[in-house]
Amino acid sequence: MSAPVGPSGASGIGAVELAARVRAGEVLAADVAEAALEQVGRRDGELHCFNTVTGDAMRLAAGAVDRLVSSGVDPGPLAGVPVAVKDNLCTRGVPTTCSSKMLEHWAPPYDATVVRKLAAAGALVVGKTNLDEFAMGSSTENSAFGPTRNPWDTSRVPGGSSGGSAAAVAAGFAPLALGSDTGGSIRQPAALCGVVGIKPTYGLVSRYGLVAFASSLDQVGPFAATVGEAALLLEVIAGHDEMDSTSLDRPVDGLLAATGMGVGGLRVGVVTDFLAGASGDCAAAVRSAAEVLAGAGAAVEEVALPELLHGLSAYYLIAPAEASSNLARYDGVRYGLRVDGDDVEQMNARTRAEGFGPEVRRRIMLGTYVLSAGYYDAYYAQAQRVRTLVARAFARAYERFDVLLAPTTPSVAFPLGAKTADPLEMYLADLFTIPSNLAGHPAMSVPFALDAQGLPVGVQVLAPALGEMAMLRAGSVVEAGAMPGARGPVPAGREAAR
Amino acid sequence: MAVELSPAEVQHVARLARLALSVEESEAVAGQLSAILDHVEAVRALDLEGVPATSHPLELVNVLRDDVERPCLDRADVLGGAPAVEDGRFAVPRILGEAP
Repeated sequence: MSAPVGPSGASGIGAVELAARVRAGEVLAADVAEAALEQVGRRDGELHCFNTVTGDAMRLAAGAVDRLVSSGVDPGPLAGVPVAVKDNLCTRGVPTTCSSKMLEHWAPPYDATVVRKLAAAGALVVGKTNLDEFAMGSSTENSAFGPTRNPWDTSRVPGGSSGGSAAAVAAGFAPLALGSDTGGSIRQPAALCGVVGIKPTYGLVSRYGLVAFASSLDQVGPFAATVGEAALLLEVIAGHDEMDSTSLDRPVDGLLAATGMGVGGLRVGVVTDFLAGASGDCAAAVRSAAEVLAGAGAAVEEVALPELLHGLSAYYLIAPAEASSNLARYDGVRYGLRVDGDDVEQMNARTRAEGFGPEVRRRIMLGTYVLSAGYYDAYYAQAQRVRTLVARAFARAYERFDVLLAPTTPSVAFPLGAKTADPLEMYLADLFTIPSNLAGHPAMSVPFALDAQGLPVGVQVLAPALGEMAMLRAGSVVEAGAMPGARGPVPAGREAAR
Repeated sequence: MAVELSPAEVQHVARLARLALSVEESEAVAGQLSAILDHVEAVRALDLEGVPATSHPLELVNVLRDDVERPCLDRADVLGGAPAVEDGRFAVPRILGEAP
């Protein structure tokens, strides 16, 4: 295959340039599709980024894009760009499994709004990516269909829950991907796979057609190799949707432009409480990124926000509580699996025991317990007050700063199986990402360095609600100062060396 | 203060959650939930008297739309995802007793 039509930055061109060439008629979307499918066919058997590859639909979409171009019609800002879609976003007629036996054979009767927006922008959906079942997990090992492997080192996890999407971008299968982030499920795998991941402001992107996990926290967002490409995808998917009454009615132009604005005058706070809890490599990357920002004209200071560390405990009460309610709908009646029983209750209980994996069952149990009579005030209501505490700590910080800088994760990608025996140990992987979900704020992970073993280290940029412009300004300056080779796609030859 | 869930409590919660847990899994879950609840004891101990609860990150009021007719999902499409269907409806095990 010729280099210029490669589907990813591996061939030297990213989504922005690729779309420009397809729109100009210099590259055929059909060739882009074939190149992407060839890559996936050759290498996804080992990595398992995808639950379903939609090759036929991708070829049809590519043909339609090429016909538009040849008849002089602009197919849109993502013309001919392959995009991988997390398998908890509804795709009409295409299985949407949430990596659960419960929905293994279920195909939705409609498309998620973000999926419709991809098609309208000329994007080519490659397939549906693997995740921790119902987005509950931090390693993609909770998938009922087997784990995804990290393209940087296939003995390690890609992070989760959107591990398939992060790994697909890191492997060069697609320059762009969609994920969802409830407590870090975009940013944490982005960090572990050396790609960019953005959790937008709560409400910036429609969730119509996102299978619900914890509704006061869930948000859809982009993955890409670079900040600019992620901003482009965010521009395409953002905006009000009458089908999601929590979606905001705000203009979202200028996100891509913000990536070129620099950080002159931007006030940056480095969250010291998070540095203390991170590994040496992860903390050093943040300090180094802070120097990069200061060197580019930002005013950088340290800030202590100890309340943010309570976020984890609050999250592991609030998210399971909301999940126990949202997942009540899987009752063996309306979707997917049914296991027969003597009466309705026995059918419900058998279906749910059989259809849900161990982590999902555990969280449903935890959520049901903390909402049950006698415990509601002690656990759930208290967690909601902690949520206020976290929001107030952020508000205090954003009186002095435009953005905050922190590690994305406490450590780099860990070996498969390292944390599966202890749920609490796995939950700690989200310590630094959870506060932004509790507050509804945007945050992104930017690949910045490689550790001594050559594994990627991410740096997190946090901003107040609707602070995406400032976040992207800082993110692209951090990216420009990153260690060479710190971001995906994984360089050719590296895998062969392992 | 350590939290200890008894197997009976776990069975009660499993019933509320409509999950048919085996005895072994009930015991395992009792231990795991106890460990998680132990971990969150620190936030239970915080003095948050007077701090209001946040249930949602947005200051939203009820969102209403005009009551106008519009197309909805196709019945056959929706029922196509169900495990059992009869006469254009979701089918479930009998919920009322046999007629005498």
